[in-house]
Amino acid sequence: MPGKLKVKIVAGRHLPVMDRASDLTDAFVEVKFGNTTFKTDVYLKSLNPQWNSEWFKFEVDDEDLQDEPLQITVLDHDTYSANDAIGKVYIDIDPLLYSEAATVISGWFPIYDTIHGIRGEINVIVKVDLFNDLNRFRQSSCGVKFFCTTSIPKCYRAVIIHGFVEELVVNEDPEYQWIDRIRTPRASNEARQRLISLMSGELQRKIGLKVLEMRGNAVVGYLQCFDLEGESGLVVRAIGTACTLDKLSSPAAFLPACNSPSKEMKEIPFNEDPNPNTHSSGPSTPLKNQTYSFSPSKSYSRQSSSSDTDLSLTPKTGMGSGSAGKEGGPFKALLRQQTQSALEQREFPFFTLTVFPPGFLVHVGGVVSARSVKLLDRIHNPDEPETRDAWWAEIRQEIKSHAKALGCHAVVGYSESTSICEEVCILSASGTAAVLNPRFLQDGTVEGCLEQRLEENLPVGCGFCHIPYDELNMPFPAHLTYCYNCRKQKVPDVLFTTIDLPTDAMVIGKGCLIQARLCRLKKKAQAEANATAISNLLPFMEYEVHTQLMNKLKLKGMNALFGLRIQITVGENMLMGLASATGVYLAALPAPGGIQIAGKTPNDGSYEQHISHMQKKINDTIAKNRELYEINPPEISEEVIGSPIPEPRQRSRLLRSQSESSDEVTELDLSHGKKDAFVLEIDDTDALEDVHSLLTDVPPPPGFYSCNTEIMPGINNWTSEIQMFTSVRVIRLSSLNLTNQALNKNFNDLCENLLKSLYFKLRSMIPCCLCHVNFTVSLPEDELIQVTVTAVAITFDKNQALQTTKAHIEKSLQRASADTEELLQFPLELCSDSLPSHPFPPAKEHLESASSNSGIPAAQRATSVDYSSFADRCSSWIELIKLKAQTIRRGSIKTTVTVEKANPMGEGNFRNRSAPPCASSTVGVVKMTPLSFIPGAKITKYLGIINMFFIRETTSLREEGGVSGFLHAFIAEVFAMVRAHVAALGGNAVVSYIMKQCVFMENPNKNQAQCLINVSGDAVVFVRESDLEVASVQQPTANCQPLCAGGEVTT
Amino acid sequence: MTSELDIFVGNTTLIDEDVYRLWLDGYSVSDAVALRVRSGILEQTGATAAVLQSDTMDHYRTFHMLERLLHAPPKLLHQLIFQIPPSRQALLIERYYAFDEAFVREVLGKKLSKGTKKDLDDISTKTGITLKSCRRQFDNFKRVFKVVEEMRGSLVDNIQQHFLLSDRLSRDYAAIVFFANNRFETGKKKLQYLSFGDFAFCAELMIQNWTLGAVDSQVDDMDVDLDKEFLQDLKELKVLVADKDLLDLHKSLVCTTLRGKLSIFSEMEANFKNLSRGLVNVAAKLTHSKDVRDLFVDLVEKFVEPCRSDHWPLNDVRLFLNQYSASVHSLDGFRHQALWDRYMGTLRGCLLRLYHD
Repeated sequence: MPGKLKVKIVAGRHLPVMDRASDLTDAFVEVKFGNTTFKTDVYLKSLNPQWNSEWFKFEVDDEDLQDEPLQITVLDHDTYSANDAIGKVYIDIDPLLYSEAATVISGWFPIYDTIHGIRGEINVIVKVDLFNDLNRFRQSSCGVKFFCTTSIPKCYRAVIIHGFVEELVVNEDPEYQWIDRIRTPRASNEARQRLISLMSGELQRKIGLKVLEMRGNAVVGYLQCFDLEGESGLVVRAIGTACTLDKLSSPAAFLPACNSPSKEMKEIPFNEDPNPNTHSSGPSTPLKNQTYSFSPSKSYSRQSSSSDTDLSLTPKTGMGSGSAGKEGGPFKALLRQQTQSALEQREFPFFTLTVFPPGFLVHVGGVVSARSVKLLDRIHNPDEPETRDAWWAEIRQEIKSHAKALGCHAVVGYSESTSICEEVCILSASGTAAVLNPRFLQDGTVEGCLEQRLEENLPVGCGFCHIPYDELNMPFPAHLTYCYNCRKQKVPDVLFTTIDLPTDAMVIGKGCLIQARLCRLKKKAQAEANATAISNLLPFMEYEVHTQLMNKLKLKGMNALFGLRIQITVGENMLMGLASATGVYLAALPAPGGIQIAGKTPNDGSYEQHISHMQKKINDTIAKNRELYEINPPEISEEVIGSPIPEPRQRSRLLRSQSESSDEVTELDLSHGKKDAFVLEIDDTDALEDVHSLLTDVPPPPGFYSCNTEIMPGINNWTSEIQMFTSVRVIRLSSLNLTNQALNKNFNDLCENLLKSLYFKLRSMIPCCLCHVNFTVSLPEDELIQVTVTAVAITFDKNQALQTTKAHIEKSLQRASADTEELLQFPLELCSDSLPSHPFPPAKEHLESASSNSGIPAAQRATSVDYSSFADRCSSWIELIKLKAQTIRRGSIKTTVTVEKANPMGEGNFRNRSAPPCASSTVGVVKMTPLSFIPGAKITKYLGIINMFFIRETTSLREEGGVSGFLHAFIAEVFAMVRAHVAALGGNAVVSYIMKQCVFMENPNKNQAQCLINVSGDAVVFVRESDLEVASVQQPTANCQPLCAGGEVTT
Repeated sequence: MTSELDIFVGNTTLIDEDVYRLWLDGYSVSDAVALRVRSGILEQTGATAAVLQSDTMDHYRTFHMLERLLHAPPKLLHQLIFQIPPSRQALLIERYYAFDEAFVREVLGKKLSKGTKKDLDDISTKTGITLKSCRRQFDNFKRVFKVVEEMRGSLVDNIQQHFLLSDRLSRDYAAIVFFANNRFETGKKKLQYLSFGDFAFCAELMIQNWTLGAVDSQVDDMDVDLDKEFLQDLKELKVLVADKDLLDLHKSLVCTTLRGKLSIFSEMEANFKNLSRGLVNVAAKLTHSKDVRDLFVDLVEKFVEPCRSDHWPLNDVRLFLNQYSASVHSLDGFRHQALWDRYMGTLRGCLLRLYHD
């Protein structure tokens, strides 16, 4: 008997009136776990019952503890007729099963009914006593920690990153069982909720077992999804990355503010021996005897699925490009060998992580993806899910081979998804091919010396851009140049990845959200014909999506995409493609070329004119975008040679000579990277549409930035205000002769309008950034398009942003590749950037002095300007600006608010929400964010995974405010239930929150609607660091004034 | 292309104060959008009318969902569905229970019944306040009235506790409840010059001094009902005007003290008996609930109007009333000093407040 579950029902409040006569309720509670049920006494005539029950004790084995949810049902006692159910609470007790997480679940839970929504709250206390069980052949995996976060969780250190774990379980969908015809919608919904809860538990337990087999203790980047296959069943599948994590014990280790998450990452002491002996993973054994049988617990004969039409297709793989002639010496080869050996033991060298410990990621090859169209067939035996397993195995194999073609042994940022319509299912997988540092993958005790040398060899901040594949044997045509940062290795001209921007990457300017949107009509068809039609369309869609992405990227003046996610959705009569990514300008990559428009019909004057007009428009847009995103890469050209600093000259000469002697085909293109202009041929209306659509994307209003990654490149001074939100839109297409163009336009407008609405709604948070913007498209019916967006808006301090620029300048100072002229222009840029239209006398003075300084002949300048002191002055001057600009900013806030007629009370408090004045409220604030961190705070404890599934149905749609009212209320309820569970675990935030599914169906004629929502995230405890921050900001500004004055005197 | 569904749900519920005000003022979504457009918000933000429409709809939906909770404000604090910072919660409640001066003047002192509710149409036309807003305000009055009507303890405290209103707004509601319960007439033409603030001021004085709660703090309805016994006793004051000697003595006492201090001394002297008769008769009549209702009409008729027609400055009114009440202590034949003070102390305050143009 390895566990004892104890439950106490304390009280209820705000219960609904169940007895119309008395306007009261006679409530009691049933507590059920597995097959055991306890009941409380009936608390007569109250809407706020105080049961204060005894401790109900369930003696269960830990397998059940992991699989089963605790089920609490609140009922109204009725003497004569059947008791009426008020609602239920499902509590996942998994967080109580690991030692470091929560010890008790205690708090108010919303009582949820699938027909009526939330109906009051119930106060429950849950505890678990676990007995140690050393049975080696156990089926449970208690103690394995799960994290949705796709990076190493903040208060842990990765000792070993073992690799990919996956599992899937299938079952019949209760909604489609015969019994569903005779039971109530409520019973059917509850059966479904319970089943999915059970399946999630089972899945998690099985994955845990695999992790234990690999000698890991945690799963990071855990992503669980369910596929509603309709008649053919219900699939719950999960992937993740098995790791051995070590808790960082000393609080000093993460003392520096996680203001920028990057700082914290670096704090991980990775230079010491990564594998202390306590983690006896047994030198090399852990991976050897590991077998990836798909369902390890049972043996079965493989049933070949004969009826399945396999129309798997291989779309073109990578973006990015490459060559890389010169391997970085023997070290690289050695490294490659080692990694290879470490990874080859794995069936799938995949990692669901998107952020990595420093040094883990060596090179990035590009995006690899695979899709396959399948016909669904009834799952005959739920215990043998091998058909679905085989499907995924196939796709993964494909991904693996794509990665190999890119010269990579691993795939990072890996994810899988499905899109189902009737009996057709598109399975998709994508990731980023990469070369990894073997140190984290296995026992790394012997590698110390190699490691050090390797690190010397690897340039910081650009290494990951260097191509991993062979230059002479490139997997696809690409344009290569020497790295613009280290000038030693080859880099591609663009880089597409599914991961987050590495924290040490050198980026110029800010990033922005880039989306490609596409619709394709498809004939309605049945079964195999349908599947064939879809698989024929897929490659064209992929191609167009990539072209759109590339065009938009160039239009933004950027050269790399991070966090790329391409979603292809299948509907009855159309296919939708939506790609989202964050564009950035990587300093290591060449400047993107412009977009050239070429007409195919010459000899037409007006046409030519039209083209040149378009060309001008495009050029203007590029220029505007460069300004908007502050992309001004240092001009690296002959000036480098003419610069007074001898070292870079030598280096560049060296480079030249190298290039001359080498027999490469690619030319060394240091002076201008604009030769490779992208040519768009306009030969038909289609292409014209494309160009138009390129130009219709409206940039976010001033003060807004957006990205779909964890951190916004170029902004790292987050303030503490965050607002997570979900927005859903459904449009009905006018069914009359739809064309691809009209469809595209509709879809484009839908997404653009949605974004515009978001910017408008969140305008009070300016300056702010929408992070982790996650779009999901679905086609619930013939003419309906549904777009769901979840993101978080985070405010930032515009003035502190200067610090990054400063840091950047200092960096370039060290590199000394930029000349003095450029340095002196720095204040100018600053001024125009931070203080638009505000007269600012000290800045002006300084500006004048700066410009006068630049007037001095170059030779003199080189001798007279002392770099270090200049930098000092610069920084102190920046502090002054910060001070001034802050006051200005405050003023401007006030004016905007008065425009909104705000009364002073509301305004003041709303702004200062960071210091919670929740004296009067009894409900604690729970923050939710799709990011893995909370700005201005440090996460001190992970309490466990939150994985919840809800169904809501109504038969009185109009009365509940129509579809909008219904879904609005439901999503608000889902948020409330997530918050309540987190609060009951003792947490105050959910990080890495994701709404994985939001399936909405309506039948307005019958006044009915149904919605299924699946959400997950990590419950955490965080602690604010606001006081610390305030002190550090104020101090330097106080003593900067004299310094600054001094600086002015000397110039 | 039509939007079938369009929602935005934040983890922290977004409250737009402008839209909240438009909603409270009872504007339809399309009217609210038009008003927002006119405020120039499109130019400020660069948004389109469609965005504004969607935003307004969204806020309206949120407010609609919150309205149920606003009917019992403590529920808003304890509910889990909407995460709203406490300061915003307070703002939501305070604004929801705020009312229009024009509206409250129409309803003040009326029975908060279905009948009155039917008249809201007329009130709406008369005041220019939308019917929806009138209904909200009326329902608020009624709701507060129902909850605190039969409660023991201080009226203001009860309101504050059950509706979480600010001190000021709680006092206003106390006045509304007090007036509704005692059905004071406030709608007569000659009372039109009085503001809600004037009545609320009087109500507070009356609650403090003339209700059951003024003598015993442990009774039901203590702050809502007037002290019946006290009203009965007021008949005893009649002697002040019925007894001619007493009246003359009273007059001479007042006149001696005030001679030379008032600009309108002669008018006062000439009018003293009339005024005194008026004030004492008002007291004596308060035994009948019908006359209680006409209290303010009587006060204005019997005191305010005569003084105003003689152009008494406010300061002279104050001096007169002070002296008028104080001199009674020197009348040896008069035995109801305490009663007089309880009556006159409050009345003096009320009259001074009511005395303006």
